[in-house]
Amino acid sequence: MNILASTSFISPDLLAIIYLIAAVTFILGLKGLSSPKSARRGNGIAAVGMAVAILVSLTQIHPHATQVILIVVGVGVGAVVGALSARKVKMTAMPQMVAAFNGVGGGAAATVAISEYLRLGVAGRGAVVTALTTVLSVAIGAVSFAGSVVAFAKLQELLTGVPITYKGQQVVNGIILLGILGIAVYLVAVGTGTVLLGVLLVLALILGVAFVLPIGGADMPVVISLLNAFTGLAVAASGFVLGNTVLIVGGTLVGASGTFLTKMMSDAMGRSLGNVLFAAVGKPTESGGGTAGTEDKTVRSGTPDDIGVMLAYSSKVIIVPGYGLAVAQAQHAARDLARALEAKGVEVSYAIHPVAGRMPGHMNVLLAEADVPYEQLREMDEINDDFRNTDVTLVVGANDVVNPSARSEASSPIYGMPILNADQSKTIVFMKRSMRPGFAGVDNPLMYDPKTIMLFGDAKDSLIKLVAAVKAA
Amino acid sequence: MNSAIIDYLTVFVLSAFVGIEVISKVPTILHTPLMSGSNAIHGIILVGAIAVMAEARTPLADVLGFIAVIMATINVVGGFVVTDRMLEMFRTRKQTEANK
Repeated sequence: MNILASTSFISPDLLAIIYLIAAVTFILGLKGLSSPKSARRGNGIAAVGMAVAILVSLTQIHPHATQVILIVVGVGVGAVVGALSARKVKMTAMPQMVAAFNGVGGGAAATVAISEYLRLGVAGRGAVVTALTTVLSVAIGAVSFAGSVVAFAKLQELLTGVPITYKGQQVVNGIILLGILGIAVYLVAVGTGTVLLGVLLVLALILGVAFVLPIGGADMPVVISLLNAFTGLAVAASGFVLGNTVLIVGGTLVGASGTFLTKMMSDAMGRSLGNVLFAAVGKPTESGGGTAGTEDKTVRSGTPDDIGVMLAYSSKVIIVPGYGLAVAQAQHAARDLARALEAKGVEVSYAIHPVAGRMPGHMNVLLAEADVPYEQLREMDEINDDFRNTDVTLVVGANDVVNPSARSEASSPIYGMPILNADQSKTIVFMKRSMRPGFAGVDNPLMYDPKTIMLFGDAKDSLIKLVAAVKAA
Repeated sequence: MNSAIIDYLTVFVLSAFVGIEVISKVPTILHTPLMSGSNAIHGIILVGAIAVMAEARTPLADVLGFIAVIMATINVVGGFVVTDRMLEMFRTRKQTEANK
């Protein structure tokens, strides 16, 4: 079974033990992520384990083989491309970066399975487990690859972030899926065929594209997490095909954890995974009546000077950052404001909604980049009871995550989403460019709350003015 | 079914439980690095890509293996580097003050 053991610079037993150690480092790496203190070291340990596993797998090739050259060149090219893009990418572009890395992983898993299927004689392909895991690896890997490409294009705005839908879309996708299943059953139970495997590959690529197209840009992170899990499973399936346990462990860890994370993410939005994947949320409603009836409501707006003085004389301030903060490149200005307030003896913390930013935990990364200590970043469940003792809540570039209609209005598209209790604080300062609603296209009653003061303008400019006002107060 | 398959199945099932168990302890503030870090781990497919490359005996197998090696390497190197870059930024209050 184990083709790696065919030549032996390192004995099969030793190889298996080294792979086992590598698998343990992967688990330690994920375990390290339970705290920011140990996270970086954990990631380093997993990277070392990975490097060792790759190096020992190289010793299994005959040194004169031309394949060695191809491998070295391939690794060289891949390492340069991977490292350069990982170094250069802006933190705001992290979701599409993860999508891209995930896509190539899925593509690699599918390619490995195809290559192994072609290599095996007809007799070898006929083994049920080999056929089944090959089919799974190719189908899941290809869906993950194509889906990631579309997710990347949407997030990079090469494609519109608005769901692309047409009549009967789910039926067409269902038929493609049935086609894939039909070929899979044939290949596993009836006979072998390289042409059929090719058809399966093409159908899976089409399905990957077709299934991500109708999902809105704002839901893309959930899709990426799901595709991440898919790639993990495809890799695990390749492990079965090749008889390699470290592939099974690595792939399954990601498959299981990715599935779990996907569920946590849709829970954080108060929606089911089915709703995220199939409801095409984010498509503008045809009636366009979303903003009707709001013109007669009044809002109170304030100047940076007045608000700065108010902030400087409060004792407790919570900042609620949203993706708008990152778009305006205002993380540093927010941190400066927090430091200026702390210099005046004000207690400042940041309330981070689980889906703030463009992927879960994204806002934390963006604030960490601006040198905000992570002790100041507080999760929703931890801070939600503190809002009622808070003098001022400053909402910067966020909207839906503080929208009280998520609690009370069953007709609202965001109904059921857990929100930050910003409305319970004594005063709310809502920093916004205009009165436009958030991505979900929902009006936010918090803006009309008598306790709310609107501060219109670019988030960065406004924050800089607030810093000056606080320092002068 | 031979015993090797049963062994693989055992490994698969236990790994799934370990994966869920480990992830459930990760705080939301680290969910983005978690996604990119676990993303790097499925780059282990590079070991598989090298294995099929080692057995390549036809030009088509060479081409497929070569593509798989490049894609898998981008996955593994990019994944670990970008995760490290993010995690490096998470600092305590003391560390950020020393950094000013």
